[in-house]
Amino acid sequence: MSVSSLSNHLIRGAVAAAAFWAVSAAAAEPDSSGGQALVRRLTPSQYAQSIKDIFGEGIKLGGRFEPDIRTNGLLAVGTGKVSVTAAGFEQYYTMARTIAEQVTDKDHRATLVTCKPAADKAPDDACARQFLGQVGRLLYRRPMTAAELDTEVVVAHDAAASLKDFHAGLRVGLTNLLVSPMFLFRQETAEADPARAGSYRLNRFAKAARLSFLLWDSTPDDELLRAAESGDLQSKKGLDRQVARLLSSPRLESGVRAFFTDMLGFDEFKTLSKDAVIYPKFTNVLIGQAQEQTLRTIVDLLVNERGDYRDIFTTRKTFLTPSLGILYAVPVVVDRPINTPELWVPVEYPAGDPRAGLLTHASFVALHSHPGRSSPTLRGKALREIFLCQKVPPPPGNVSFADVQDTANPVHRTVRARVTAHLVNPVCAGCHKITDPIGLALENFDSAGGYRMQENGVDIDTSGELSGIKFVGSTGLGQTIHDSPAVTSCFVNRMFSYATGQAPTPGQAQFLTFAEERFAAKKYRLPDFLKEIATSEAFYQVDGPTRVATRE
Amino acid sequence: MKTTFNASSRRRVLRGIMGGAAVSVGLPLLDCFLNSNGDALANGAALPPCFGTWFQGLGGAPGLWEPKVIGPGYEMGNQYRALSPFKQKINVFSGLKAHGRAPDHTIGQAVAFAGNYDGTIPQTIDTIIGDVIGTRTRFRSLEVACDGSAESYSRRGPNITNASEPSPLALYSRVFGAEFTDPNGAEFKPDPEVMVRRSALSAVSDQRAALLATLGTTDRARLDEYFTSLRETEKQLELQLQKPTPLEACAIPGKPEAESTGVIIDQARETQRLFASLIAHAMACGQTQVFNVNFGGGASRLRTAESAEVFHIYTHEEATDPKLGYQPTVNWFQEQTISALADFLAALEGVREGAGTLLDRSLVMYCTDHGYARYHTSDNIPMLTAGGAGGRIRTGLHIHAPGDSMTRVGLTVQQALGVPVNSWGKDANETSKTISEIIA
Repeated sequence: MSVSSLSNHLIRGAVAAAAFWAVSAAAAEPDSSGGQALVRRLTPSQYAQSIKDIFGEGIKLGGRFEPDIRTNGLLAVGTGKVSVTAAGFEQYYTMARTIAEQVTDKDHRATLVTCKPAADKAPDDACARQFLGQVGRLLYRRPMTAAELDTEVVVAHDAAASLKDFHAGLRVGLTNLLVSPMFLFRQETAEADPARAGSYRLNRFAKAARLSFLLWDSTPDDELLRAAESGDLQSKKGLDRQVARLLSSPRLESGVRAFFTDMLGFDEFKTLSKDAVIYPKFTNVLIGQAQEQTLRTIVDLLVNERGDYRDIFTTRKTFLTPSLGILYAVPVVVDRPINTPELWVPVEYPAGDPRAGLLTHASFVALHSHPGRSSPTLRGKALREIFLCQKVPPPPGNVSFADVQDTANPVHRTVRARVTAHLVNPVCAGCHKITDPIGLALENFDSAGGYRMQENGVDIDTSGELSGIKFVGSTGLGQTIHDSPAVTSCFVNRMFSYATGQAPTPGQAQFLTFAEERFAAKKYRLPDFLKEIATSEAFYQVDGPTRVATRE
Repeated sequence: MKTTFNASSRRRVLRGIMGGAAVSVGLPLLDCFLNSNGDALANGAALPPCFGTWFQGLGGAPGLWEPKVIGPGYEMGNQYRALSPFKQKINVFSGLKAHGRAPDHTIGQAVAFAGNYDGTIPQTIDTIIGDVIGTRTRFRSLEVACDGSAESYSRRGPNITNASEPSPLALYSRVFGAEFTDPNGAEFKPDPEVMVRRSALSAVSDQRAALLATLGTTDRARLDEYFTSLRETEKQLELQLQKPTPLEACAIPGKPEAESTGVIIDQARETQRLFASLIAHAMACGQTQVFNVNFGGGASRLRTAESAEVFHIYTHEEATDPKLGYQPTVNWFQEQTISALADFLAALEGVREGAGTLLDRSLVMYCTDHGYARYHTSDNIPMLTAGGAGGRIRTGLHIHAPGDSMTRVGLTVQQALGVPVNSWGKDANETSKTISEIIA
């Protein structure tokens, strides 16, 4: 089947699906089972975003986070498995002290501390109670219990008395809230579902938090907490109202960025190194810009334009800085004053331009390369694992491939010629035939993401193949991925795993199929799909209580 | 104001202390002084032992490192000649193996440090030993990585990794920054701010029992780990409120003037030297007794400034030089790494404590992940110990134990440092056979 006939076929399928859903719009969500109420450590970005949303932009964190672990393709799933080590706690404590210091200092207290103490140099329990209760509710994502609040008021009282400074007392009390396991871990609690005997769901505060972290990557705001407190959030109407509000907020961008940063594995940029001699343009600034280019492109297409998710693989629109322009050999001219950050410029490539689509971004081709040369294998592997949810086995340890990779080999002048040896050797071919033919289509992009037509004086052949479909170059690859049904089902699976913090259970399989159909019916628009997830029952349904609901 | 705390609340006690400003929470090592030799405390107890691991990826090349003589009086193999000045304080172990699954980048270090690898890695030896010897210091342990990453091989359990510090400047601030108390300082006055913090933090740890009671088993273990970690910070604060034991060998190092961390081998070696000096000073000043150094990680990312390829790629791709009989660039990387280990030992040896040195009361356990890096094999994986652990380990020996599991070294070291354990490791790596030759 040719590319065009395949894509026609798929488009017909999508149109048919859309028509089907238009007539049966009220299709009910199938029953699902499984899923757990989890204890999840906040990710660095959730921590930072929470602090920013509660205390404002200017508060510095002043510490470093423990590494997350990637499970089932996502760091979000790993958050349900990690703890806090001694050195990690030390860092959380340092950050807590740094943040509390700033919040209660002379510059910020006027705006952030909403009451005035009777005296500056003595305890004032009423004011401390007001402040700590207010902030604690946002940090804990639920109202503090009376006992919790009493304890921290006493802490603040004692500290203020010892140090003869009311605000020092607040600082110490706030530090406690910031290192509390109630803040550092999202602790989900289950409760019996009144609508379905024998079933369980998240309680209202756990529900608010799942929703807020999914859509905003941050702690629930005051209004969402009020909806939880009043019980409104547990009604269908109340939930719909909050989902609509969160989706229409500009903060949705943070949520979308956080999801793609996780899914695309951008944490690996931290240890990315390129050969400075071969790629002098690939600096740390450029590493940051490469990620930003991709996230901007995604947010613009999927959130601002409400575009089709699959178009991220083909879109000719992107954003570039002058530095990225140099990397991609695209002129980007913009005036800016000296010593100011580079500006971002919207760019639209002409039809047929090989730089179209996310797979050609430096954030993909450079992240999945060796330091000194491109790698069709690493790129093909990444593409299968990230976008198709397939697992590519690691190479055997005891392999010598000196001949394959010798860039000075006079016979094998191009990467294609060198890796063809993989496909001839039966030991290697098993895995390499599922990675290399995909990655070879991206050979116009070197290890740093720079655009090239030739390698060692020989024209680069960018023909490739995916599951029997042959194509040429990055645009052909982008279109093939765009049209592959595995791409959208993988996306649905990843998004649901990300949202719930766990791999889907067999009992949720039917729901995932349903969600995929809804995704298609909504023309693969991300905000519509997020709405489907966020208003579904499956998203909040959990197995019997692993946490006893003795309190909320 | 009326407050209610349960009867066992430590916070109540601490609040009382704070009010009275008297600091007498019973901690070991208080009010002791060194004897006149400087190698023991005044009460006659020897300075406590220190333990740490030093790891490099891709270390083995058969024939290049093994001493020819077995037992005492050996000479280092050519690749290890940088260690020759320390050979009387080193034991070399050859022939050891990581049993189990097909060779990969994890199994060697997992078996050496954790006793087994079946897809997950259990608790590692540094934390097991640290729980016995290192509980009285400000830092339970210090982990460092020399290639700019936070990668670490120190684990309290399968999902609990003690991340490495990538920056010598940051390590300096952690250990010798504002919160450091000079053990030899003339005056000691507890800081009221620290007293307040110590008391306040106990309000968080007092939540432990109530919170854990609401959790399922797995989550309970994770949150328990959080509270254990919190306790470490509490202990740091407690120690800041104590007059520290004077330690003659303690000198406060200067702050490193600059650092340049990254994967270029010269950067890694310089970073390692800075870390080595800071760790040596930290141990001499009683701040920690446990450390872990990761030099370049498993599938090493280290490279030279001149070449685009990393060490790992060379092991797979470099041809064996027919005249030399080995991969010359790989050998160069391995020599560089062993020189870095020699730098580390020199830093410990440079701290004189009475008649001996810091190295003498330490035990550094070196291992790598492969016996033959070129083929990533798990046979004949080089292992070393350096230092006598304060007279607990005999040194200067070459032990050849072909086919035995690497866990024999770990078991012996644990026993020597007081861990009550008779056998260690799992499945084919389980052993109860210590290396008796090195037990003093």
